[in-house]
Amino acid sequence: MTGRRGGRPLVPAYLSTGGVARPSRPQLERLTVLSGSGEPVPAGLPAAQLALLDALFGGSLTVLEAAALLELPVSAVRVLAAGLLDRGLVLARAPIPPAESFDPDLLKRVADGLRALKHD
Amino acid sequence: MAYAPSSTTSGIHLPDTAQELVKILIAGPFGVGKTTLIDSVSEIRPLHTEERLTEASVHVDDLDGVREKSTTTVAIDFGRLSLPGGIVLYLFGTPGQERFRALWEEISHGALGALVLVDSRRIDASFDMLGLVEESGLPYAVALNTFPDAPRHHTDEQLRAALDLAPDTPLVTCDARDAESSIDALLALVQHLIDRDPPEHR
Ligand SMILES: Nc1nc2c(ncn2[C@@H]2O[C@H](COP(=O)(O)OP(=O)(O)OP(=O)(O)O)[C@@H](O)[C@H]2O)c(=O)[nH]1
Ligand SMILES: [Mg+2]
Repeated sequence: MTGRRGGRPLVPAYLSTGGVARPSRPQLERLTVLSGSGEPVPAGLPAAQLALLDALFGGSLTVLEAAALLELPVSAVRVLAAGLLDRGLVLARAPIPPAESFDPDLLKRVADGLRALKHD
Repeated sequence: MAYAPSSTTSGIHLPDTAQELVKILIAGPFGVGKTTLIDSVSEIRPLHTEERLTEASVHVDDLDGVREKSTTTVAIDFGRLSLPGGIVLYLFGTPGQERFRALWEEISHGALGALVLVDSRRIDASFDMLGLVEESGLPYAVALNTFPDAPRHHTDEQLRAALDLAPDTPLVTCDARDAESSIDALLALVQHLIDRDPPEHR
């Protein structure tokens, strides 16, 4: 099990959303890709939103990875990301939609990719 | 982490080439080797999210952690493999107990399939998981992790019968500590997904 840095979450879950109860857009998924928009950061941004924005400085992250990095529940990161999206500070890209059966070409490329890893 | 690039602190960020993000569940009972398998193939250091067991059924209002003190959490670990061609494959370690059902449903949504791990010392510990996967309609393959102190050797047939597997469900033996072996198990699943014809309904 990975240890928590300093033994505590960076942002306590119950403080992280600044009282915002619900994301203002359809739910962001675990594999939705978040990236910073590069817009200037306004003053007075809630600390937890700032922490998420900070995490996106080095590149894109999925909601899932951001949650692991910030040591927050996925549901909390959804709320934070929605707030940043509303302010135009973050861009989000939805994952490929769930399918009853996936594109055979996609599956073949997954298989080829896995085989390629074996030969590294 | 056999395929981890040189250790950089920003190693967690997605490669610029990331196009399609897909996921596979690594499912099985406690101690079967889920984390071990994920760590052996993941390019990022092992990470996890803390999930509340009630998560899928509650609203975000319940983020108020103070009121949620008694809620049980479970750590769900995950790993990532960036494949050539822009595909990023996520592996989610998912526990198989009935009380994880809501979480299972949320995480399995949109998954390509599941690799169900079976512990050679206690095959029956995977029954719940197999039931859950079958109910969800997610296509799956089974990987037997062999432990040195397993009581007796099963033939494939005995094992298939004990696990009540459909004839076309792949069954492979795997050492989750070994990256190549783990990738072979994943390949058995993906090949099964390709071969399913006509596609089963979810
Ligand atoms: N011999 C053998 N040992 C294994 C294998 N896979 C895992 N182990 C060992 O089994 C122990 C438990 O493995 P974990 O990966 O922690 O199991 P887990 O499924 O993540 O367990 P929980 O997170 O508690 O549900 C570790 O000591 C591993 O080294 C395997 O394929 N063969
Ligand atoms: Mg584990």
